[in-house]
Amino acid sequence: MLKKLNWGKLVVYSALVLFSLLYLMPIYMTIITALKHPVNISLTTAWKLPGNINWGSFAEAYNTLGPNFMNSLYLAVSATVISAILGSLNGYVFSKWKFPGNEIVFTLVLFGMFIPYQIILIPLFRVLRQLNLYGGIPGLALAHIVYGIPITSLIFRNFYARIPESMIESAQMDGAGFFGIYRRIILPLSAPGFVVVVIWQFTQIWNEFLWGITLTRHSANPITVGLAQLAGGQAVSWNLPMAGSLLAAFPVLIIYILMGRYFIRGLLAGSVKG
Amino acid sequence: MLTQKRIALTVITILVLGLLGTSLSVGASSHEDELSGKLEIFSWWAGNEGPALQALIDLYEENYPNVEVINATVTGGSGVNAKAVLKTRMLGGNPPDSFQVHAGQELIGTWVAAERMEDLTWLYKEEGWMDTFPDELIDLISTEDGIWSVPITIHRSNVMWYVPDNLDKWGVEVPNSWDEFLEIAPELEEKGVTPLALGTNWTVNHLWESVALDVLGPDKWEALWEGELAFNSEEGIAVWEKLDEIMEYVNDDYSSLSWQQATDLVVEGDAAFNVMGDWAAGYMSTVLELEPKEEFGWAASPGTDGVFMLLSDSFGLPKGAPHRENTVAFLKLLGSKEGSDTFNPLKGSISPRLDSDLSEYNVYSQSAAEDFSSDRLVGSLAHGAVANEGFMNDFAEVMEIFLNSRSPERAANAAQAIAKQNDIQ
Amino acid sequence: MQFKSDKIVALLILLPSLILVGIFVYGFIGQTVYVSLTDWGKGAALAKNPEMNLIGLKNYGELFSGFLNSRFRQDLVNAVFYTLFLVSGALGVGLILAILLDRGPKGESVFRTIFLYPMSLSFIVTGTIWRWLLAPRGGINRLPTMIGLPAIGFRWLNSRQSILNFNWQNLPQITAIVVGAAFLFIAFRQWRSGLKKKGLLSLIPTLILLLWALWGARFTPEILPTPEQHGFNLATIGIIITAIWQYSGYTMALYLAGLRGISEDLREAARLDGANQFQYYLNVAIPILKPMTMSAIIILAHISLKMFALIFAMTGPDNAETSHPAVLMYLTTFRANNFAKGAAIAVVLFVMVAVFIVPYLISAYRERRA
Repeated sequence: MLKKLNWGKLVVYSALVLFSLLYLMPIYMTIITALKHPVNISLTTAWKLPGNINWGSFAEAYNTLGPNFMNSLYLAVSATVISAILGSLNGYVFSKWKFPGNEIVFTLVLFGMFIPYQIILIPLFRVLRQLNLYGGIPGLALAHIVYGIPITSLIFRNFYARIPESMIESAQMDGAGFFGIYRRIILPLSAPGFVVVVIWQFTQIWNEFLWGITLTRHSANPITVGLAQLAGGQAVSWNLPMAGSLLAAFPVLIIYILMGRYFIRGLLAGSVKG
Repeated sequence: MLTQKRIALTVITILVLGLLGTSLSVGASSHEDELSGKLEIFSWWAGNEGPALQALIDLYEENYPNVEVINATVTGGSGVNAKAVLKTRMLGGNPPDSFQVHAGQELIGTWVAAERMEDLTWLYKEEGWMDTFPDELIDLISTEDGIWSVPITIHRSNVMWYVPDNLDKWGVEVPNSWDEFLEIAPELEEKGVTPLALGTNWTVNHLWESVALDVLGPDKWEALWEGELAFNSEEGIAVWEKLDEIMEYVNDDYSSLSWQQATDLVVEGDAAFNVMGDWAAGYMSTVLELEPKEEFGWAASPGTDGVFMLLSDSFGLPKGAPHRENTVAFLKLLGSKEGSDTFNPLKGSISPRLDSDLSEYNVYSQSAAEDFSSDRLVGSLAHGAVANEGFMNDFAEVMEIFLNSRSPERAANAAQAIAKQNDIQ
Repeated sequence: MQFKSDKIVALLILLPSLILVGIFVYGFIGQTVYVSLTDWGKGAALAKNPEMNLIGLKNYGELFSGFLNSRFRQDLVNAVFYTLFLVSGALGVGLILAILLDRGPKGESVFRTIFLYPMSLSFIVTGTIWRWLLAPRGGINRLPTMIGLPAIGFRWLNSRQSILNFNWQNLPQITAIVVGAAFLFIAFRQWRSGLKKKGLLSLIPTLILLLWALWGARFTPEILPTPEQHGFNLATIGIIITAIWQYSGYTMALYLAGLRGISEDLREAARLDGANQFQYYLNVAIPILKPMTMSAIIILAHISLKMFALIFAMTGPDNAETSHPAVLMYLTTFRANNFAKGAAIAVVLFVMVAVFIVPYLISAYRERRA
């Protein structure tokens, strides 16, 4: 019995280690390539550790991508904050102030989460142009806020649904109204909900590409567009796009490693029926 | 209760005002900084072409120290990505101050037809350019209603590259026609050498136009674009048949290589020839530091001696350019002898001006400039001179049909169909 | 009284979001559908006020049966294969990882972090990294040389090989056979569950469809003038692997949550019944995971049906072998200036996604009402 168990454990652990190597292989390759001097990068020695380390790749990548990085930061922070506030209010209404047709309306809003964005691309930039928002970060932020409404509302709605009705009712007895309840009961309990939504929206916005490339002028390009251009040029030395990839991945990776639990919760929220 | 309503109203007002406010502030700033001294130049010049553009920008900033030049580069060979980005910006009502565009139908068919460009005839007269540029070139960038851009470069499309020593070693000579190439190709293959190096998608289109120029000759080539010769005529099919034969002798990983990597195959002695525009000379002499004529050689692509298939990069003045005055100054610099002779030697192209100072240029460019002044000039398809963008984009699909089916008839019929669709035939 | 006014406040708070979603989602979809029925794209497409004439379904007709639009049809086939392989690959790998982690091995959280980190990355980042890993003469292809084996020669992103080819002209027949087979399956299940009459009724469409496919189709006109082969392009394998690498952590997290939700009692009961680990997962756990699987299919399918950034980063917009309708939409619209046809491609994509999403949303809606 004991022997059998050990065999099982051995299989499990070796499979886990094997998979881990598989999942870490790309990041290993990225780091070692970023640390090489362009002249030392060749296809045949791609897997070898760098002989002498070239930290310069990162400085160079930051020189090129720095403005894009800042654009993405402004964009993601501002759009995420507004998204979270809107989502919290919407989720509060959808879960605690049900109106006739509440569920139908909610389902219709939810639909916006799943549309392929190609279907709204042409009208989107026509409208942004009419609003004089085309080309800059505010326009891109507006798009992210609007199309973020479904997911943020969903997450908060499911989160608030767990707050017992009795709490709401007793607050109403005490004379609290819409905002009173929100401030005294909902908001103090909202912290984990906000963390989940903020992480989710920030990651989504940081990583988005299609709108970035179609809706912004050069000076407002987010990091994904900057990286695509850095890597898309042809006679490139690969240390630069690799360092750029690490730079573009840095903020989301940090969030993920520090707050993985909440990240997963957001991930599951998007797929568990509301 | 009252306070709650007030809070509700305040929140809504803030949200609405916030959205309006951001829109207004952006709207205002894009109008106000008309005089704030910026100049945004949109191009796809990066990599080894980047320094040439930078030299030009430096020259501009020297002349106009208060203008901040924004170099908006979108990389990707032959401008494939840049053109898409440019379009979204123009549609979004956010034109750059000036943008790179291939002189000819790529500009006229898209932007002039859409009435998005300003006529530059006045600038040509003011600067005396009517006589400094060759008439054929001015024809290429003009319609009945005006002249639409300022050319800065001339490149030649129909050039074949090789390494002289390698050819000696393998005992072959530069072929004078594609038929001659097909004769020597099996010999090269026996020696383990790829006869023709080829790269990704658009470089196949590039090869096609050189083959077509050999098979059809310059008159019929022009007849194609004037709608006088059908793409699926006997001659039209013959072009595809020839290409089909040639494709037997290219490297089989062509679709994964950039044009530079295809050039590398020749330089490294893995392949004998490569057909590429003469920016390849710039790549070999500047990036690979090879000696022209000694370490790499060139000839007109087989069967096209005496014909110069040209393409030209040019810049225009879009209507509604945010900093029009700065743009006009930039265009003046582009057309000037100083600007032209600063930019072209670095990029490896030649000047469209007839009075350029050839001593500034390298060995290859001097020979190209000589051909430019004496050869018959025709326009390139792959680089936007002879056909509009609709046709060019569809032609990529035709090529895909050809590469998948390898059927010359199908490809020729498809080409004829897209010519009809795009108002060429 | 107070309660009522609070309800109005609540609605007022919700209203801006509803209006925005109404315009930006439904209004825009309507506008794109309208554009797809016009000829915007001919001549001066980029003029300030471009000319647009309604031309009905012509754009759609061209996409599906036009001589020149074979790239769209291949892209559509690619999208189907991308979806098929991404969904099945991510589900399979995710399930294996979840089962490995289910028993709570030492260092579980470390392993979980490792398997899930790709999910936080942008498609552009993953695409850039994997393009380097899958370079024809380097990266993965050189791995075997480290243990003395010859390098792999496969071109992960540039192969021109294609398998499972079929003739597009036969598409109506193939569709009829597939739908007929589905009806046959329904008939069989109805028969087995005792609904013999209903089962026999379901056989009727099966027979009609199969008869037409095998015999009647000869008399209907061909949808294309010449045969046209489409199939699974091997060049898409590299992109599929990358996408699975990125998303299998997600299915793992989903399944792990499901496995952890299974009560210890049930597990114990299975053990008492004499089930070993393998039998436990196969017969007890996996059936319980069915709702997770459904959710994952929906999410992954809709992601792979709009995949743009990953392909853009890995093979560029011009590589027709690995292309996708989402990429073609971008090219058709912004490079060929054919806005109407670009819109039509977007509508086709939208319909494909809606086929997955609408039933999902309706069932979720019903569950909430119940």
